[in-house]
Amino acid sequence: MRILSLAGRRLAASVPTLILILIGVFLLLQFAPGDTVDAMMAQMGGGDAATARQLRHFYGLDLSIPVQLGNYLWRLVRLDLGFSAIYGKPVATVILERLPPTILLMTASLSFAFFFGILFGVIAARDVNKWPDTLISTLGLIFYATPSFWFGLMAIVVFSVYLQWLPPGGFEDIGGVRTGIWHAIDIARHLVLPTLTLGLIFLAIYLRIMRASMLEVLNLDHVRTARAKGLDETAVIARHVLRNALLPMVTLIGLQAGTMLGGSVVVESVFSLPGLGRLAYESVVQRDLNTLLGIVFVSALLVIVVNFVVDLLYARLDPRITVDG
Amino acid sequence: MDALKRYFRSPAAVAGLILLMVVIAMAISAGWLYPRDPLALAGRPLLWPFSNPRFPLGTDNSGRDIAAQIFYGARISLLIGGVATAIAIAIGILVGAFAGYYGGWIDNVLMRITEAFQTLPNFLLLLVLVAVFGSTLTTVTIAVGVVSWPAPARLTRAEFLSLRNREFVQAGRTLGLRDLQLILGEILPNALPPVVVYASVVMAVAILLESALAFLHLSDPNVASWGNLIGLGRDVLRVQWYVSAIPGVAILVTVLAVSLVGQGLNDALNPRLKSR
Repeated sequence: MRILSLAGRRLAASVPTLILILIGVFLLLQFAPGDTVDAMMAQMGGGDAATARQLRHFYGLDLSIPVQLGNYLWRLVRLDLGFSAIYGKPVATVILERLPPTILLMTASLSFAFFFGILFGVIAARDVNKWPDTLISTLGLIFYATPSFWFGLMAIVVFSVYLQWLPPGGFEDIGGVRTGIWHAIDIARHLVLPTLTLGLIFLAIYLRIMRASMLEVLNLDHVRTARAKGLDETAVIARHVLRNALLPMVTLIGLQAGTMLGGSVVVESVFSLPGLGRLAYESVVQRDLNTLLGIVFVSALLVIVVNFVVDLLYARLDPRITVDG
Repeated sequence: MDALKRYFRSPAAVAGLILLMVVIAMAISAGWLYPRDPLALAGRPLLWPFSNPRFPLGTDNSGRDIAAQIFYGARISLLIGGVATAIAIAIGILVGAFAGYYGGWIDNVLMRITEAFQTLPNFLLLLVLVAVFGSTLTTVTIAVGVVSWPAPARLTRAEFLSLRNREFVQAGRTLGLRDLQLILGEILPNALPPVVVYASVVMAVAILLESALAFLHLSDPNVASWGNLIGLGRDVLRVQWYVSAIPGVAILVTVLAVSLVGQGLNDALNPRLKSR
């Protein structure tokens, strides 16, 4: 209960942040050259000024900016993100269609980075400054410096073009109609390379933090006590060090949630996945500002939700964290 | 001097410095080695590396010299990375110093804004900025700087919070120094070292952000940048993969060099943490 109220308070504190973001980006987009109506007219193949005026009136674009902003926020309260002129659907529908691949990709990459980050971090910390540590730390540095889109392209060259093990892009095979387990396997095969690509940078960060955190906990008194009891090294690490060293890793998930969403823009473009990130890119290119604003809203919401879950997890892992904390 | 000695004792830091020097040398010598426009037609398109001595790294889809683009690309990456980092650090110090020094409602407001920037995925904000202000070299550089300031701001704020009530600051206060004099003259010099070291992280990320933007064809198309070349090479990825591969290595090496130098500086300036 205590945990819930703590996390709930943090959640409530993020509402002003969300509103601040929306107002900021809304005002920013007012400076954009051309509005939705311009984009629509371009798509229709041009039109006269009277039609444009009518359309602007229809979409409420002829009102003053503060009124438009007020209208937008009021519609948001009712979960109405407006209408995408490019896709000819409500923005909420367009985003909901594109959300599953992104969430799947983010979850997979996060799990991959988290699990292997822990594994490599532990191995490196156990043999600190010996060759496994040097190797892992060096690889971590290189992964961190690798541009994800470039890694993705090279992975396509190796695994899709030369070895032909994995599909080069897309979310599922369009040809064969598969059901049940085969459908899931098909999607999983399509997600292997994107997951590795997106997860690589985070793997580098996680293993570095895990290593540092392990080294810190290994120096604590309770570990010495555990060793003095005669426990073997594996038991010491598994039961006494790991749990304590995990805390910073969990914090990192919340901190990196936004970066990961940003990274998915690039990765989804490389692998032509129909996700939220690719939608963001498309709406920039097509000047679909309504959709772009909707994506900003949903992304910020997603980051806030992830941080809420992290708060819950964090308090669960460390009972010392109280409401005052 | 001690710090310098410590820096050169670390092989990784020295390797990073050498790599960085090489990249800087490439940027400086670009105009001298390749006096012609790197984006001008140079020869037959899609020549493989080492197949023609005139083009050691081959040519791209439209017959432009890849080696020339790599050399000129070093300029763009260092320029954008450097200037964007300077912008980010400047904003970060300004925001962090005021928030940390004054505390109270100023801190509250500034930290809310910082939080808003951190909640919004920074690549997404970068897309919005580019959509609004267009993608010239100047706007992209400023945009990258504008999305990168929250972390330095938080770092500066933390430093200011721990320093603002130290004795030397209180001594300054009793001497009748004004707030601005205290912030700039007394606290900032002491708060600066960790922020400057953190600049290397900002710069590494800035270079990666710009190259990702360029890869998506959303950066300035009229300059020879590594990201642009990777984006171009994507069209011929299946066979002529080297067009994308070569500039990617250049980005990797540059970002690696910047990170290694930053880490080396950090270890040299905080010797007690070195054992980690």
